[in-house]
Amino acid sequence: MANMTLIQAVNDGLKTAMRGDESILCFGEDVGPKGGVFLATEGLTTEFGKERCFDTPLSEDGIIGTAIGMAMNGLRPVAEIQFQDFIFPAFDQIVSEAAKLRYRSGGQYTAPMVIRTPYGGGIRGGLYHSQSGEAYFAHTAGLKVVIPSTPHDAKGLLLASIQDPDPVLFMEPKALYRAVKGEVPEGEYTVDLSTLRTVREGRDVTIYCYGAMVPVVEKAAAQAKEQRDIDCLVVDLRTLMPLDEEGVLEAAKQTGRVVVVHEAPRFCGYGAEISALIAENCIEYMEAPVKRVTGFDTPFPNTLEHHYLPDDRRVLDAIEAVYDF
Amino acid sequence: MTDMLTVIRPDGATKKGYDAGLSDDGLLHCYRTMLLVRSFDEICLKLQRAGRIGFSIPNRGIEATQVGAASAMRKTDWIFPSYRDFGMALYHGISPVDMMHNMFGNAEDSAKGRQMPVHFSFTEPIHFYSISSPIGTHLPHAVGAAYASKLRGEDTVHLVSFGDGGTSSLGFHSGMNFAAVWKAPVVFLCQNNGYAISCPSDEQTASDGYAVKAEAYGMPHATVDGNDLFAVRQAVSEATERARKGEGPTLIEAVTFRMGGHSTSDDPSRYVPKELFDEWEKKDPVERFRRFLEKKGLWNQTVEDTMRKETLAEIDSAAKIAEKTDKPGLETIFSDVFAEVPGHIRRQGEFLFDLVKRRGEASAGGGEFPL
Repeated sequence: MANMTLIQAVNDGLKTAMRGDESILCFGEDVGPKGGVFLATEGLTTEFGKERCFDTPLSEDGIIGTAIGMAMNGLRPVAEIQFQDFIFPAFDQIVSEAAKLRYRSGGQYTAPMVIRTPYGGGIRGGLYHSQSGEAYFAHTAGLKVVIPSTPHDAKGLLLASIQDPDPVLFMEPKALYRAVKGEVPEGEYTVDLSTLRTVREGRDVTIYCYGAMVPVVEKAAAQAKEQRDIDCLVVDLRTLMPLDEEGVLEAAKQTGRVVVVHEAPRFCGYGAEISALIAENCIEYMEAPVKRVTGFDTPFPNTLEHHYLPDDRRVLDAIEAVYDF
Repeated sequence: MTDMLTVIRPDGATKKGYDAGLSDDGLLHCYRTMLLVRSFDEICLKLQRAGRIGFSIPNRGIEATQVGAASAMRKTDWIFPSYRDFGMALYHGISPVDMMHNMFGNAEDSAKGRQMPVHFSFTEPIHFYSISSPIGTHLPHAVGAAYASKLRGEDTVHLVSFGDGGTSSLGFHSGMNFAAVWKAPVVFLCQNNGYAISCPSDEQTASDGYAVKAEAYGMPHATVDGNDLFAVRQAVSEATERARKGEGPTLIEAVTFRMGGHSTSDDPSRYVPKELFDEWEKKDPVERFRRFLEKKGLWNQTVEDTMRKETLAEIDSAAKIAEKTDKPGLETIFSDVFAEVPGHIRRQGEFLFDLVKRRGEASAGGGEFPL
């Protein structure tokens, strides 16, 4: 065990994977000798050589398009998109190509690959270094979407994603890169995809969250306990697609009061899916309407980002609202 | 325009001593493949007009580019085709029956009826990559696959084929650029057939032809007469040789003409001047190769009659087999999204199977997951 930040756990995960399998390679903009703008790939070029960890031309379409070609021909590419905000030139490659390749070729061609990308706010990045686009991708059949929130899960989910036979979009909460530390096992281990993590047990209110919102929700849940003696069940979704739907419903039934938290905009956001899932499958267990705490339906602001991002005040408000309903 | 490589003159003659590197059987195989493509076109048009298949893509006019390029590739090489490359598949022995299964979208179709017709996918006897409808997306795929081959030290070459319209796509730029930077073993084959659906070349690009675009990427290029099977074969052979030696990619522009609509849904008389069709009719690639074979003593009317009859019968029989084959089972809607069917998709499948059962509707394949 070693105590690591989330970004160190990502780096350790990549090194662990690459040591164990020569077909794994990492590339993207500035991921070579510089080690990536957040240093996720630091030291990889030195250890594995520039054929397995290298800088690419500045083209997200090219990065993902070539990764698909490598994946179908025996390699396991881990491609980095420097900021999730820059992924859209590759949207066609991800949505029309990687995600549909197995289906459209009847399984003759597949694209087992990982796209790593830092997402979300909290670094004063403004419109184009802060977005949370998970809903665009979770909507796409054939693509897995994974978001860790702890160093342990970052490494374990990354290793599971690399081993997965399907394309995985691995979204890293950049706000947590250096903000959280935790124990990370040495060497190989995996955290199964499509499994939830119970962050905190509770019988009064269920809160679903993922990524950078997990510590925010933990803080609000602690306050709810302290101030009102409300016991919150906090669930970290970890894999948005395919989602452990049974686990989500089970957690909703346990309290009958639900809050969903994400920093992405609300309209057609991931919280809408969770709400609908509960409404369709276990409305008879509900004691209060589902509450969503989300980013606003605006572009992401710079100076006032702390007002845009859900914080413990807003989450606590929602907890009290569903509890007092 | 840049100098264009031509080997077979309109009268069928080549320069004295020109050796295309093909045996007599090999030459006849090229000719027969072009006739197979013509038969395929002919029968698919009839099937589409009769409402028995939904759609087809005519190949007439492009046969020499397809077959000339395919003849320069080994079975261990990969072809990343456009949707108008029937001749490349047929040249390498992909069976017309398997192609017809795709045209009918039946249970034997390698794409399991999920794609429109002409979106073939094969891995044997050659990698003939799964076709997608968006234009130019497969160029970077060829480059990535080539990077993998190169990394493993194999001498596999990856040929990617696209049209003149494809050169305006995002994938053309990223594919060309990455391939050149990586010295990836790729042959970029641009089939300049005059029109991208209805958009003529002078509205597609302001550059002097398409091959010259390679210069900006630091890549060698060649412009060839696309109606001349040997010219295409020679340029692609030289490009594959360079690629196998580790010298990187080449862009080849084959200048040809689409002697018909973009697809069975298109009426080219709305945008192609009749004179252009008349002009290119005189340059027919199959006729030109026939004259070459005749001069070489490999062709006579009996050979022609027999081959035409055989190829037509082969495609006709393939269509009949495919038409009689069952439609795909309902479960094929839900399988192959992921390697394993996840819970939510399984539940959606079970919903549909149950609905169909309750309503007493017939469904092929039983509507059960083959797991």
